[in-house]
Amino acid sequence: MEAIRFEKPGSVDEVVSLLQGSSGDARILAGGTDLLVQLRAQMIDPSIIIDIKDIEETRSLSKNSDGSYTIGSAVAGAEAGDRDDITADWPGVVEGWELIGSTQIQGRASLGGNLCNASPAGDSVPAMIAAGMTANIAGPGGRRTIPVEEVTAGPGKTTLKKGEFIVSFNLPARPKNGGDAYLRLIPRTEMDIAVVGCGAAVVLDKSGAVASAKISLGAVAATVLVVEDAAKAIIGTTLDHEAMSALAAACQAACSPIDDKRGTIEYRTKIAGVLGRRAVTIAAERARNN
Amino acid sequence: MAKHHISITLNDEPTEFLCSTRQTLLDVLRDELNLTGSKEGCASGDCGACSVMVDGRLVCSCLVLGAECDGKTVESIEGMADGENLHPLQQKFLEEAALQCGICTPGVLIAAKALLERDNNPTETEVRYWLAGNLCRCTGYDKIIRAVMSTAVDMRGGSK
Repeated sequence: MEAIRFEKPGSVDEVVSLLQGSSGDARILAGGTDLLVQLRAQMIDPSIIIDIKDIEETRSLSKNSDGSYTIGSAVAGAEAGDRDDITADWPGVVEGWELIGSTQIQGRASLGGNLCNASPAGDSVPAMIAAGMTANIAGPGGRRTIPVEEVTAGPGKTTLKKGEFIVSFNLPARPKNGGDAYLRLIPRTEMDIAVVGCGAAVVLDKSGAVASAKISLGAVAATVLVVEDAAKAIIGTTLDHEAMSALAAACQAACSPIDDKRGTIEYRTKIAGVLGRRAVTIAAERARNN
Repeated sequence: MAKHHISITLNDEPTEFLCSTRQTLLDVLRDELNLTGSKEGCASGDCGACSVMVDGRLVCSCLVLGAECDGKTVESIEGMADGENLHPLQQKFLEEAALQCGICTPGVLIAAKALLERDNNPTETEVRYWLAGNLCRCTGYDKIIRAVMSTAVDMRGGSK
């Protein structure tokens, strides 16, 4: 095994030039909870590891004057869970983020890492997508911002180009009468990989009907899905039985999962409908209380 | 390639070490600093036997690189007792026989201490979830959970 160069630059520009100038595989280190496991298992053989935690932008979580949040890509779930503001505004986003692994993992695992690891079952991703989060990417061509759902391309693959990395995320201000939720099914009560995960965000109008909605499913396809038909099924309704049945059917129709030891195709598909209904119910309940 | 020269505060003492990029904080503690209290169980962040505190956060030291620790404050099991005086959790684990083979115990103690410093009145469910990342193949967990709950009662001055 070759020695690995280690750098801990203090600026975004330095990270980009290190990424761009690397001859072999260059890896970003944030929480390291995937990187170090892959390194140990010899799944990767990087020539350089770039620790981005000395950069203020990747490490800060701030609420802006318009009520939106800017979240550094290296902020850990436990750090968000300790904050009253984001936990109250976007409980679903924080729930998904804080479900990653044990207490020890939650103290390190970051949103940027969970997204760029590009597992279809990444727990933080469906709620990020449902909430309408965008990723701020830095690269040789400067900065660009894209929706979170456009970052992953398949298991272990992202759409980031050479020299690019995610600096931070934008989380919109929580809409008035808006709420969100994340639910996952695992065979045990803690520390497992989602069989299915579902993020939902809804906004209600004055009459209590659904004004807008975004539903996202994890672990049922090669990437985390946005299920537009599920949102359409409930917009304009009061989440009556008929609307919820249509929502569940739309969630199931979107699935193209794999068979594995955690669940069969049939089981995952059925559960996607169940979690879709339940996540929307919780999100709507929170919206009513906001 | 030259090794990294890293300075940390370890159990309240300024400490320096040299490490390669591949060496984890756990490797450094055990192999470079001869502090073998932190154990390597799985080396993949699942078992919690290597739990330490870094800048006040509970982490698995097998998932932290030594090279990224420059300037950080690290607390390991070796710093838990005050000289000959055991920490209340350590004392309670002995009294209540909350360990058998002992491999998981340093990690469990570090994790339980982190919990009780945040919240000295946790429910049993909260203790169980907090310690979900500390695997024990001997005790069946019951005595561990009881010892932590009992220490919490003592920390609150005996009120249940």
